[in-house]
Amino acid sequence: MVKVKNLTDKEYLYGHKACPGCGLGTIGRLALKILGERTIVALPASCMSTVTTQYPQMNYAVPSLTMAFAGTGAVLTGMSAGLKAQGVTDVHVLGLAGDGGTADIGLQALSGAVERGDDFIYICYDNEAYMNTGVQRSSLTPIGANTTNSPAGTASYGEKKPKKNLFEIMIAHRIPYAATASSAYPYDFMNKMEKTKRIRGPKFIHIMCPCPTGWGFASDLAVKIGKLAVETGMWYLAEYENGKVKMNVMPKTIKPVEEYLMKQRRFKHLTAENIKLIQEHRDSEWRLIRERWLSFTAGSRKDTG
Amino acid sequence: MINKPKSSNLDFLNGDEAVAYGAKLCRPHVIAVYPITPQTIVVERLSEFIANKLMDCEYVYVESEHSAMCAAMGASLVGARAFTATSSQGLAYMHEMLHYVSGSRFPIVMMNANRTLAAPWNIFGDQRDSLAQRDTGWIQVYVENGQEALDMIIQAYAIAENDRVYTPVMVNLDGFVNTHTYELVDVPAQHEVDEFLPPFRSKNAIDFNHPRSFCMTASTEWNTEFRYQQQQAMNHAQEVIEEVDQKFGDKFGRYYGGLVEEVRCEDAEVVLVGMGSVIGTSRIVVDKLRDMSLKVGLVKLRFYRPFPAECFKGLSPRVKAIGIIDRDISFGYEGAAASDIKAALSSSGVGPKVINFIAGIAGRDITKENIEEMYYKLFNLTQGKDEQELQFIGLRW
Repeated sequence: MVKVKNLTDKEYLYGHKACPGCGLGTIGRLALKILGERTIVALPASCMSTVTTQYPQMNYAVPSLTMAFAGTGAVLTGMSAGLKAQGVTDVHVLGLAGDGGTADIGLQALSGAVERGDDFIYICYDNEAYMNTGVQRSSLTPIGANTTNSPAGTASYGEKKPKKNLFEIMIAHRIPYAATASSAYPYDFMNKMEKTKRIRGPKFIHIMCPCPTGWGFASDLAVKIGKLAVETGMWYLAEYENGKVKMNVMPKTIKPVEEYLMKQRRFKHLTAENIKLIQEHRDSEWRLIRERWLSFTAGSRKDTG
Repeated sequence: MINKPKSSNLDFLNGDEAVAYGAKLCRPHVIAVYPITPQTIVVERLSEFIANKLMDCEYVYVESEHSAMCAAMGASLVGARAFTATSSQGLAYMHEMLHYVSGSRFPIVMMNANRTLAAPWNIFGDQRDSLAQRDTGWIQVYVENGQEALDMIIQAYAIAENDRVYTPVMVNLDGFVNTHTYELVDVPAQHEVDEFLPPFRSKNAIDFNHPRSFCMTASTEWNTEFRYQQQQAMNHAQEVIEEVDQKFGDKFGRYYGGLVEEVRCEDAEVVLVGMGSVIGTSRIVVDKLRDMSLKVGLVKLRFYRPFPAECFKGLSPRVKAIGIIDRDISFGYEGAAASDIKAALSSSGVGPKVINFIAGIAGRDITKENIEEMYYKLFNLTQGKDEQELQFIGLRW
């Protein structure tokens, strides 16, 4: 378990230009504190690259590479292969990509890299839309959200499709380690990061990152909103390793979804009927989690080579 | 071209195999390739070398060409020598990454098997795929045969990794005509290549003692300056290409002429210009017509970028008519090489007449008869007869 007093005082990400209240800086900063200075960061087109690598003001104290939108998984592969070929074994290769860059345009490259079993850590920070380009929907935008290209209107309640489940996509690859996390639960996240250091092969963390600008809430509410997502069952903190899924936080009673939804501008238009639909969707997801994942052990993947 | 090998280890190889041997001799740390006809034999031979411990490198089974170039870039970032190979649709698919790699100055070497692009779908050769990548910032060289393919893979690393260049190089072989044609190829000894091409010590790689951000965002205030540096690197590459050709020739006995090779152009009245495999056929026609006392010459355009404009400016006052063979066409205008060559000719102030011959599309043969016909059309121009500026050779209607 990570202890704050043992965390390094060194900062490897600072001076960035993220919006007030955004969890991005915290995610990058804590991840790098855990991994340390022998880490290389790869960033596709995203909020993260935009707010941290604008020449000549570079915000990383570790080497970093800004990358094509679709290629994070593949560039991590290349770094990992290049290091291995030169006999370097003490370097962490870290990808920091958004939800669109991971679940949409970058999914093929990520799948390829995980299937190949390359040694890297991939963090998908999920602010649930293309925030960098102005709040357009991605496949990780939740049902009912008002975005600039899935607007609520007289004939629309906003985004029509529920969120794609990346965690399960990673489990389907029999990845050595996958987890979900939230910027509102930094200990949980740091403990998960700590685990990634000890596991060879691909590691994937899908971390929820509430976005004051795109979701529409005051910048001092980011942690509260992040916690409410978990307390209302709209997000969960879980891990997959050794063929098993484990819930890190299991709400005793799941709060009504309104408590989470109605604090955000993107959901303000929803009717009682819309909210009922979202609640039903949440409940069916939880049934699936309980019935499929929490009582199931998948065969873990072992390389023979 | 001068070919006086100092030692000889002849093997009967096709062009793809020659590329694979060339790559092997360069000792890349990382190979990331995705198979596509007619490049596949490169992929297969390299895999066999590794499976039999004839080669020590990380071979990455990428799931697309886009990822192939991403992986090569990631490898180059950590100081590894990276190799990849593709063709046609694959090259188009990695288009975005070509800009990333050249813009962030990673000296990656790639073989491209020239093949046409769909639609209409076709696996055979023309040069539309690579010519369409003109502005991606890659150095492009077009080879005539298997020997030149092998030699240019080795030279490509020497050029790309030169301090004054740090720009990726694409080595182009005509699909099937080069990639699948078996020829005797002299495979240099490993120790000779090691002497010619030292281990890669990248000046554009990560250093934990001096962490840097690579390939970062450069705003309007700074973007022009990065582009200017790329242009300067290309200008330097012109000198470096000549130097590397000389050094390679001194070591291995084969000199290719650098940016271009002029064949019997000294007193030529009419000259044809071409790239790639058509040069081999054209040499025969030139000799035949010269035997008939016709003053014909041939320019082998080896490097398309950086473009050897000086060569054509020099040729301009000496010749009466120039024919440019393009295995592509930029629809709505003319062939890509024709536009560049005409621009160079006109900037010299004296402009010979020009015909742009569109030929060899999607694997159609450019025969000796076709080439002869081109020369005669050029002579028509010198005799004051009319010829269309753009002509499709062997058009069926």
